[in-house]
Amino acid sequence: MIEYKGKSVVELNVNNEIRSVAVRPSDLLIDVLRNQLGLTGAKPGCLNGDCGACTVIIDNLPVKSCLVLAVETAGHKILTVEGLKNTPEQDAFVNFSAFQCGYCTSGFLMVCHALRIMHPDADEYVMEEWLESNICRCTSYSEIRNAVSSFLPNVHNPSSKVIK
Amino acid sequence: MIPFDFDYYRPETLHEAVHIYQELKSANPFYYSGGSEIISMSRLGSICPSAVIDLKAIPECTCMDITSKSLIIGSAVSLTRIAESNLFPFLSTTIKRIADHTNQCRITIGGNVCGTIIYRESVIPLLISECDVVVQTANGLKNRKINELWNGRMILEQGDFIVQFIIDREYLFLPYFHIKKVKNEKIDYPLITIGMLKKDGLLRAAFSGICEFPFRSLKIEKILNEKESPDSVAQKICNALPAPPINNIDGSDGYRLFVLKNTIVEMLKKIGEI
Repeated sequence: MIEYKGKSVVELNVNNEIRSVAVRPSDLLIDVLRNQLGLTGAKPGCLNGDCGACTVIIDNLPVKSCLVLAVETAGHKILTVEGLKNTPEQDAFVNFSAFQCGYCTSGFLMVCHALRIMHPDADEYVMEEWLESNICRCTSYSEIRNAVSSFLPNVHNPSSKVIK
Repeated sequence: MIPFDFDYYRPETLHEAVHIYQELKSANPFYYSGGSEIISMSRLGSICPSAVIDLKAIPECTCMDITSKSLIIGSAVSLTRIAESNLFPFLSTTIKRIADHTNQCRITIGGNVCGTIIYRESVIPLLISECDVVVQTANGLKNRKINELWNGRMILEQGDFIVQFIIDREYLFLPYFHIKKVKNEKIDYPLITIGMLKKDGLLRAAFSGICEFPFRSLKIEKILNEKESPDSVAQKICNALPAPPINNIDGSDGYRLFVLKNTIVEMLKKIGEI
């Protein structure tokens, strides 16, 4: 049985690097990523699992890091937006101007990345189901939809115009 | 941020889990699975566990197997895993309307059924299919029918936890109907959620959102199967609820009854067409 009592040093696999952190068992993953590891891509939004701005990927599935204890993630693979390098999702969000203020973007990118990895054949229905987990308040949903349809071939693209 | 400390235990066997709970029980430990509700409530100061006992490393709690007789779902299996397996389509459909997809990757079926948030919609197909529930007690494993344990919520002794739900195979592919009505957004707590399943020519039904607890009522099922017009059946069901309708900012009691009645009529008409 694994036990953590009081502040403990835990090894986390973040973006394919093993990072040691001293955490309380009640520390949330988002706080450890941001405050101890300097990975500020996961954004604090509602901190209640509603907005999706803090989404990271654990073992290929998107999770809201405000609703995960850091100690739970020892032994699992955590991917943050800082670990994405030249992915089709990042290119598409730039090419289709799928953001305005950008606060929600890292969360959207993580969901999109997990979706493409897990369901490269995703259709409109699956895409909507996954992306409904995230909120954008700058009304760029149509641009996000266009961006997603560019890397998921089964998602219908009502307006495939790339904005340069 | 959670503004207090607790200890974290991740047992690997059922025995370890129940043993550590018994050892800590005077200090308010919590069994922990997906964690969404425990973390949210701890952050708000609504609960203050001294320790959490994470059940996700116990193989019996994380298994999902189909045998010649039944479907076995561990209590710590995530909603996403259940939905994607689609071994019990009625349960998959119900689960896909709980929270959002990313949260479904964390929420577990045991956590949803045993949580304090009153809607607990996963229980609807489980109640209707009269599944068995394997409970870990201080004295070992016990098998109980869900209807014996369910009284608006799961009635468990302190320190007990659900290990598995076992659904008889004959229920897995029976025709079912599921409707969830919400106030505004698609992702929200329900105004009403109704699940129906047809077995041996008779409809069974369970409800969430209308009263302060999810329920299956044999009295309502009797009305549901009367050979009367959908309007008459729906009105009788509204008069036979086991408790007053919820009256809150998401929907007044009168509005919930209005939606319930119309939804039942809509469902019965659809079922009649099949």
